[in-house]
Amino acid sequence: MLLEVNELRKTYATGFEALKGISLKVNKGEILALLGPNGAGKTSLISTICGITNPSSGSVIIDGYDISKNFRDARKLVGLVPQDITLEPFEKVLNTINFSRGLFGRKKDDALTEKILTKLSLWDKRDSRIMELSGGMKRRVLIAKALIHEPRLLFLDEPTASVDVELRQSMWDVVADLKKDGVTIILTTHYIEEAEAIADRVGIINKGELLLIEGKASLMQKFGQKILKIELQKRLNQLPKDLSEKNVKLSDDGLSLTYIYDTKQKKTGITKLLSNLSNSGINLRDIQTDQSSLEEIFVNLVKEKAE
Amino acid sequence: MNFQAVKAIYFFEMARFFRTLLQSFVSPVISTSLYFVVFGTVIGSRIQEVEGISYGAFIVPGLIMLSVMTQATSNGSFGIYFPKFIGTIYELLSAPVSYFEILLGYVGAAATKALFIGLVILATAAVFVDLKIMHPVAMILFLVLTCISFALLGFILGIWARNFEQLQLVPLLVVTPLVFLGGSFYSVSMLPSIWQTITLFNPVVYLVSGFRWSFFGNADVPIFVSLLAISSFTVVCVIIVAWIFNTGWRIKQ
Repeated sequence: MLLEVNELRKTYATGFEALKGISLKVNKGEILALLGPNGAGKTSLISTICGITNPSSGSVIIDGYDISKNFRDARKLVGLVPQDITLEPFEKVLNTINFSRGLFGRKKDDALTEKILTKLSLWDKRDSRIMELSGGMKRRVLIAKALIHEPRLLFLDEPTASVDVELRQSMWDVVADLKKDGVTIILTTHYIEEAEAIADRVGIINKGELLLIEGKASLMQKFGQKILKIELQKRLNQLPKDLSEKNVKLSDDGLSLTYIYDTKQKKTGITKLLSNLSNSGINLRDIQTDQSSLEEIFVNLVKEKAE
Repeated sequence: MNFQAVKAIYFFEMARFFRTLLQSFVSPVISTSLYFVVFGTVIGSRIQEVEGISYGAFIVPGLIMLSVMTQATSNGSFGIYFPKFIGTIYELLSAPVSYFEILLGYVGAAATKALFIGLVILATAAVFVDLKIMHPVAMILFLVLTCISFALLGFILGIWARNFEQLQLVPLLVVTPLVFLGGSFYSVSMLPSIWQTITLFNPVVYLVSGFRWSFFGNADVPIFVSLLAISSFTVVCVIIVAWIFNTGWRIKQ
């Protein structure tokens, strides 16, 4: 266990309750994606864990160190890439990175700096001033700053917000490399494909509550409705009576059937459906199934909780 | 103690100072020279002596104090306000750095800059007037304490300020008037008696007086009162800073 969050609450001075008792555990080497709409509390959660805001109550333990009692030991393990691009515009890339390392009590390490900057394609820009860099480069500078003290737990707050497709892919590659090195990563995003592409587990946050946290595959399975699409050999004018009572629909052109079923159910009804079709003398051309994406799962879940 | 972090903050701040060398170094030299030309030469030629000292030399301690106080305040406030303003403060707050170390880095750098400027003005002044420093150790002590305490004041202002206007407010509307009215360019004994009393409520009087004593050996108020004043001011600033850090006021909402 690398991170343990217990009943974490945060109420701002304005009375706004950003976190309503969040508890979660993250294992070493894991990638956890926190999904949620804007204002869900993702950034508040990260800020509180990292020490940027004080929690109202609850505790956070990082690798056995409490963030308030052993803040030095706890924070040494953590790297943070913030959501907004916050960099001193007049500083040079190399200086701002060395500054970050210094803050973590570490002496300059030229070899490591070169390694990280090269990995993030920033080595050529090391003597450029921040204001001369493009948006994507600035974001990579933020990542370099977060990695320069060799954290074991890395927070990426919306790492690919307003980032082009190519850069997004390269970010994912960086994340994959870090995982190989055993770094635990928690990222927030509202791009579901991001969570789908790189996370091991997915947590869904809405209105300061953790609605669920699950392995990506089991989450998809748990909430996934599947659609069975059956293409027919011959046009069908009307559904046989015993089929129309079920969740089966005939397409307008009469050449295909769709059946929506729930993988959570013990009986999916597929066997029955197929034998009914065969009994009615309907010949099939092809069968395919579709699983709902995390996006659909997410929308359904948030809607469900609101009702 | 995370010395590496203190060093990192200190030198990061000093780098800003050297990057803006023109603004940080040349401008105080020019403005001091102007003061000497206007006050020292033009007006000073009509004033014989103040307490047995030529007017040009008399204003040197006050001039140094004026710059040191305003520079320490504005450097101290800008140093911490800027990261707050552009958002890089997240890095300080999430690093294994204690508040004391943050303070040491920022206030140390702001005080160093102010001290540097103070010494530059002293050197510039020596070009214009004949200067003798009677109590050099006391002079350095006063100078350093003033740099530190006003850098602390600046640090408090930097945390308090929500925008650049507020950041300028206290240095411009409080510190500068208090220094001008604090006997920088005159002796308190030259004032009408009612103003002599009123002026004693101005804390800067004690600092300028003590500092002038270290140069010329005479003062408006007893030297120990001056020392007490600057020490109390430092202590008050430290208490406020400690409170800010304990509550997270305007840093950690």
